Amino acid sequence: MHSSLSFDQAPPISVPYRFFLAAPLFGVMAGILLAWSGGESLASRWTPESLALTHLLALGFMLQAMCGALLQFIPVAVGGNVWRPALVANTLQPLLLLATLLLVAGLLFNRPGLSSAAVPLFLLGVGGFVVIVSLSLWQTPATGMTLWTLRAAIGGLALTVLLGALLVEALAQGLAVPVVELTNVHLAWGLGGWALMLLAGVSYYVVPMFQLTRPYLLRFTRWFGPLLLLLLLAWSAQVLPDAAPWSRLAALPLLLLVSAYAGMTLWLQHTRRRKIHDATSIYFRVTMLCMLVFSISGATIVLSPEIGADPRGAVWLGVLAFAGIFVSAISGMMYKIVPFLSWLHLQRLGAPLSAVPNMNRMIAADAMTGQLRLHVLAVVLLLSAVWQPALARLAGLMFAASCAWLGWNLLVAVRRYLAFRDQIRAAASHR
Amino acid sequence: MSITSPLLTHHKHCDDLFAGAEESCANGDWTAGGQAFASLAGELESHFSSEEELLFPAFEAATGMRSGPTEIMRSEHRQMRGLLAEMQGALACRDSDAFGGSAGTLLILMQQHNMKEENILYPMCDNALAASDVGVSLAERLKAACQSA
Ligand code: HEM
Repeated sequence: MHSSLSFDQAPPISVPYRFFLAAPLFGVMAGILLAWSGGESLASRWTPESLALTHLLALGFMLQAMCGALLQFIPVAVGGNVWRPALVANTLQPLLLLATLLLVAGLLFNRPGLSSAAVPLFLLGVGGFVVIVSLSLWQTPATGMTLWTLRAAIGGLALTVLLGALLVEALAQGLAVPVVELTNVHLAWGLGGWALMLLAGVSYYVVPMFQLTRPYLLRFTRWFGPLLLLLLLAWSAQVLPDAAPWSRLAALPLLLLVSAYAGMTLWLQHTRRRKIHDATSIYFRVTMLCMLVFSISGATIVLSPEIGADPRGAVWLGVLAFAGIFVSAISGMMYKIVPFLSWLHLQRLGAPLSAVPNMNRMIAADAMTGQLRLHVLAVVLLLSAVWQPALARLAGLMFAASCAWLGWNLLVAVRRYLAFRDQIRAAASHR
Repeated sequence: MSITSPLLTHHKHCDDLFAGAEESCANGDWTAGGQAFASLAGELESHFSSEEELLFPAFEAATGMRSGPTEIMRSEHRQMRGLLAEMQGALACRDSDAFGGSAGTLLILMQQHNMKEENILYPMCDNALAASDVGVSLAERLKAACQSA
């Protein structure tokens, strides 16, 4: 009975940390790229810089952080046994890093050969990750909406990468496929079916836990994931020859669903029992507010052809989605997970509790809130730069600086962990 | 009502006590914070001991699983007791930073622990112990603890 129930098989601490430390570096690169290339790079979603920035954040920042978080989260939250997590992390992470750099270079310098070289690496790296994580998600005896939603998210990731690979080949070899529609479908699965689905599944678990809110309504969690999948499928029909007009109508209910999730999360936070605020809870609010602004802007673009005709509209949505929503959510999560994991793993070394610094001493609260403020400033500047290209360089620098600070804060926690670990081990060997 | 449902309700009760203690101590209201903390510590202790003395032994006897989930739960109880002792110390010196740090750590540990129990262990106990009368003793014991607090 329950033989595969893991319960507590948290992976070695190096597994999540190596992914978490890599993520901010790509944020820094994205900021520097924008600062270097200037305002015209944001003129439309199709500039090489836009595409490169998109994937620096989607694959460099988000995918890295999310892979690390999943490898940690699955055993602890849904009792899944991940097969040899250290080996998985050590082999797949370099593959993903290399693939990301190649794809970004290919997009930025218009060198389809580089992007094509990235494709097999992605298929191997993400494919391996999807297989291993799926095994653990389908073998766990646990139940519940978090688990269901995580499974759906992994499916979304697989589909996104397949569509991305198809796009690369289509562009490199001039295949006769509808590239714009295919890109729309690819990005919807990437942002909705993968990233948002994962965020939702994780937040069902962590929002009540970090802030002592009520649980998400079961009626909501039961419907959110399946509806999201259904609407994404309808949206995907735009690649079919005759389905184009009606499938784009799926955008409106999709945006409504997204805002329902954001609204529900804000409401839960508003009625929470824990009154203390910290960087994580504020980051979550920033995320949800950006999600509401995203939904309203998206609906405006769909409903008003005049506004929709401005190519900067899509860039505005992209800035909201990447910098406003996902970078914020991930930063907030890492600020909770990293200090806690440092504490937990030190604690397990068997030292007396008094020898282990508590979470607040891993990263100073002021450093986290300071970085949060800089991030919010960077997001506001980025959004302004969409309409005021002169601001783009400054916005890029600010974003690079806030990601660098994020990385620094995480590094401090990791170094404290290492220092205390060595102290505890030294003390133990003297005993 | 399932066997473990009093434990579930009691988790929520402890959450409320936690929120009150944390808020008061963060605001420097040490009198209210001290009271809230004392009832939190007392309630958590009776929760842990009810599980360790009644529920877990019954579960282990019924399933033969002695080194699995219950052992992990016991070790997490130990960690939480340690954090409670730290909070007690911080309260005595009115050190709100130290109190907040240990409280924040306790919160995550406690919530993660509760989720494992509520989602996995309690359902297993409800299955394994359906025919026993552990539920009644558990309910009585927790009720007595709440009244004396
Ligand atoms: C897994 C997360 C991913 C996300 C969230 C994501 C997101 C996006 C977004 C938002 C766009 C539209 C960009 C724009 O309109 O400016 C896009 C386009 C594109 N993506 Fe991705 N992507 C992901 C992974 C990939 C991968 C793994 C590949 C390649 C193997 C890839 C290849 C492409 C290509 C070739 C385009 C279109 C370029 C063009 O039309 O010129 N993507 N992606």
